[in-house]
Amino acid sequence: MSSTSNTSTHHTSTIGSIGAPSRRNTELALLVFAVAIPVFAYANVGLAINDQVPPGLLSYGCGLGLLAGVGHLAVRKFAPYADPLLLPLATLLNGLGLVAIWRLDQSKLLQSLPNYVTAAPRQLLYTAMGIGLFIVVLIFLKDHRVLQRYTYISMFCALILLLLPLVPGLGANIYGAKIWIRVPGLGSLQPGEFAKIILAVFFAGYLMVKRDALALASRRFMGLYLPRGRDLGPILVVWGISILILVFETDLGTSLLFFGMFVIMLYVATERTSWIVFGLLMSAAGAVGVASFEPHVQQRVQAWLDPMREYTLSQQGVFGHSEQSMQALWAFGSGGTLGSGLGQGHSELIRFAANSDFILATFGEELGLAGIMAILLLYGLIVERGVRTALAARDPFGKLLAVGLSGAFALQVFVVAGGVMGLIPLTGMTMPFLAYGGSSVIANWALIGILIRISDTARRPAPSPASNPDAEMTQVVRP
Amino acid sequence: MNKPLRRIAIFCGLLVLTLLIRDNWLQYVQADTLKDDPKNRRVTIARYSTPRGDIIVDGNPITGSTETSTSGLNDLKYKRTYKDGPMWSPVTGYASQAFGANQLESIEDGILTGNDDRLFFRNTLDMITGKPKQGGNVVTTLSGAAQKAAYSGLKSQGGKGAVVALEPTTGKILALASYPSYDPSSFAGNSTSTDSEAWKKLQKKYNPADPMLNRALRETYPPGSTFKVVTAAAALENGLYTSAEDKTRSPLPWTMPGTTQQLKNEGNLPCKDATMREALRVSCNTVFGKIGADLGNDKMLAEAKKFGFDAEQFTPVRSSASVFSENMDQSQTALSSIGQFNTAATPLQMAMVASAVANDGKLMKPYMVDKLQSSNLDTIAQTDPEQLSQPLSSDNAQILQSMMETVVKDGTGQNAQIGGGVTVGGKTGTAQHGVANSKNPYAWFISYAKLSDGSSPVAVAVVIEDENANRDDISGGGLAAPIAKSVMEAVINAKQ
Repeated sequence: MSSTSNTSTHHTSTIGSIGAPSRRNTELALLVFAVAIPVFAYANVGLAINDQVPPGLLSYGCGLGLLAGVGHLAVRKFAPYADPLLLPLATLLNGLGLVAIWRLDQSKLLQSLPNYVTAAPRQLLYTAMGIGLFIVVLIFLKDHRVLQRYTYISMFCALILLLLPLVPGLGANIYGAKIWIRVPGLGSLQPGEFAKIILAVFFAGYLMVKRDALALASRRFMGLYLPRGRDLGPILVVWGISILILVFETDLGTSLLFFGMFVIMLYVATERTSWIVFGLLMSAAGAVGVASFEPHVQQRVQAWLDPMREYTLSQQGVFGHSEQSMQALWAFGSGGTLGSGLGQGHSELIRFAANSDFILATFGEELGLAGIMAILLLYGLIVERGVRTALAARDPFGKLLAVGLSGAFALQVFVVAGGVMGLIPLTGMTMPFLAYGGSSVIANWALIGILIRISDTARRPAPSPASNPDAEMTQVVRP
Repeated sequence: MNKPLRRIAIFCGLLVLTLLIRDNWLQYVQADTLKDDPKNRRVTIARYSTPRGDIIVDGNPITGSTETSTSGLNDLKYKRTYKDGPMWSPVTGYASQAFGANQLESIEDGILTGNDDRLFFRNTLDMITGKPKQGGNVVTTLSGAAQKAAYSGLKSQGGKGAVVALEPTTGKILALASYPSYDPSSFAGNSTSTDSEAWKKLQKKYNPADPMLNRALRETYPPGSTFKVVTAAAALENGLYTSAEDKTRSPLPWTMPGTTQQLKNEGNLPCKDATMREALRVSCNTVFGKIGADLGNDKMLAEAKKFGFDAEQFTPVRSSASVFSENMDQSQTALSSIGQFNTAATPLQMAMVASAVANDGKLMKPYMVDKLQSSNLDTIAQTDPEQLSQPLSSDNAQILQSMMETVVKDGTGQNAQIGGGVTVGGKTGTAQHGVANSKNPYAWFISYAKLSDGSSPVAVAVVIEDENANRDDISGGGLAAPIAKSVMEAVINAKQ
């Protein structure tokens, strides 16, 4: 990046402290759109369903605007040089998600389901908590390199979080996947969403220290640099853990996400393509191996290969089969190119998890191909800004952490959207920001907070040299 | 570290690209297949979201729509209603919230719901002017008077049966009745208590009379002696005999070639070397059986196919294919030529036979949808009469007409006489069936009416399967001819 190289050559220059533009006003302008679009969408849904502007429009608009405004002020104060796109993108997706959740709340069919809760107000609360955590990250994480100190603590925290759903009495098996815990008084939590971030911290810290050993000590074999046996240890351990997740929590998505994130970071740290090859082979072997004996995984694969058969079985009342996959495909197909218009589709037919795992189908039906492409590109932009932050970061830990978080984000979007659209078997994760669910929203706001912190550090002009009495007589020569 | 970072950026881009491609596949390439999948609930929701268009007879709708309560979980706003449901159900079919749609209701669903592409322009206009979307109408060719005569005739007879009436010059279907029938209103909704119960009671499993079978189009019966009209046409067309007055070379008794079995007549009939006119008048099995054997399987099959046998008809509601077999030996061909053995025909098929003879040998394609209208009564599509084939020449057709008119004047079909300047030509049939002909035979009558100006406004086929009737009573002339007569009268009276 030219800006990076420029700032680094300005280390000795006095004009460096004027620095790159902070782009905070760009962010504010974008935020106006990011709030206005969901507010219009909200009015649109109300007009379509009840023929009137929804009574909550003002409070909803003010709420979202206030949250975005507070977020923006925090960034302005604590991370003035941060990437200007990340906050508006996250706000826009979060706002659109709220609209779709409110729209599904209006469905009589969903209201009649046994576990129905009015989701939109809760999601607004989760959003507030998420932005709260985002601000806390900005205030207390003055420099992301601090996280490096907690490398091994992070590892233990992540492992505990991952194992929590397996603790008897705490874990909850929701439709086959054991990735939830029940906290009395608080409701359900998906610890995997938080573990994603904490594991990225651990991987970044660990790989930063070990990367030379992993990269250099290798033998060349058939054009690939093969790592030494002892260096294979870490990747084997992570692979083993993700296989264990797959076996005990029966969630292909989480398992794929963690292993994929590790392989990406390993590749970036060592610049060795052989790791990618190893990673792909190992995950393929693991997935096929587990699928050969785990009935839940087999069933997900069968439902993916033949959703119509799965639908027919569920209509016949065969236990353990679900009509969701087929209903989601019908929702996408019925949306066509331009969609039915907000509030005018029938994605409530998906019933269970229509507003969480399957929320993308609602957008697919009501906003059509055009809307889904726009949403996918919004996600793509977040990932792109994340990787750009990694490129711009000046320290290897920051680079690794940024690429790990954005890589995991990209994988999650791919696994969830691919699952709902029938590209890959369905997993138990949700679309970041769009889907209903507290853990997901809060954790992803924290993720955005960390990326913003890293990008702020990366784009911040270097401080002007401290006034040193010795230096006073020194003449600065401009390059 | 920047080189692998750039590669990871490309990898993430590829992930998003894969999703975009998949989405285009799903929402563009596959969209219509998924959207129109009958299992997709949206199809049903759309079908009942607006008042459905109507099916129209003689300018009056025979269907309607009523608003249902959409409280609770009912997502279907309108329900289909039917006037005289049992009488019209062979024409309309049903459109049920719970059980889908069939026949005209299904085939013309796009027009009736207003989703058809041909209504796109009108729908767009309505959208701009703020009018709600409305379904178009399906205008049928049927005649209310003829249908009523047919249905009440079958109903008073009490047994199972069917009537088809055609307009010979165009192929328009004037009557299409089946008995016993069902009322599609009874299960048009989706209530589990009333509609499902009504539906269940109509299924063959619970109701041996099988009221939902459209006997006029979907049931094939052995046509018995009515098939002799086809055999006579084959004899004339192939030059075996050239006039109605030629003495046929028919011994009595006649032993079927290749067998030792004699073909019997019904009673002691004057069939020895009878003329074709006489043979048709008294319905000689020996004469027509021998004609079939003399012509052979190929020629008989060719003639039967010209009349429409061995092919499904799309009116646009599909009718079953009537059967005249191939690869039969001479004795089997002889039996088939008097409408026994494997020969089987739908009532529509036999009406087509009568109508081709009445229309001077030209067989018109039978159809029941005259035109499709948009909701403001603009015509979207019109069906034009279409000639299907020419089973016999005009001269031969007139010979056959005079033979059939003799049957009604002083033969087995006297019950169909109308008088008042109207000439009727017809043929009775009594078809044996069951193992060793043990079951009560089917009574058939096919006929056409000719006005004094020589035009022929109607051809009819009637079949009665009455399991309770006395075997001797069942003869086409006794049971079926009176119904055919009242249908023909209804058409003629409606014309005047």
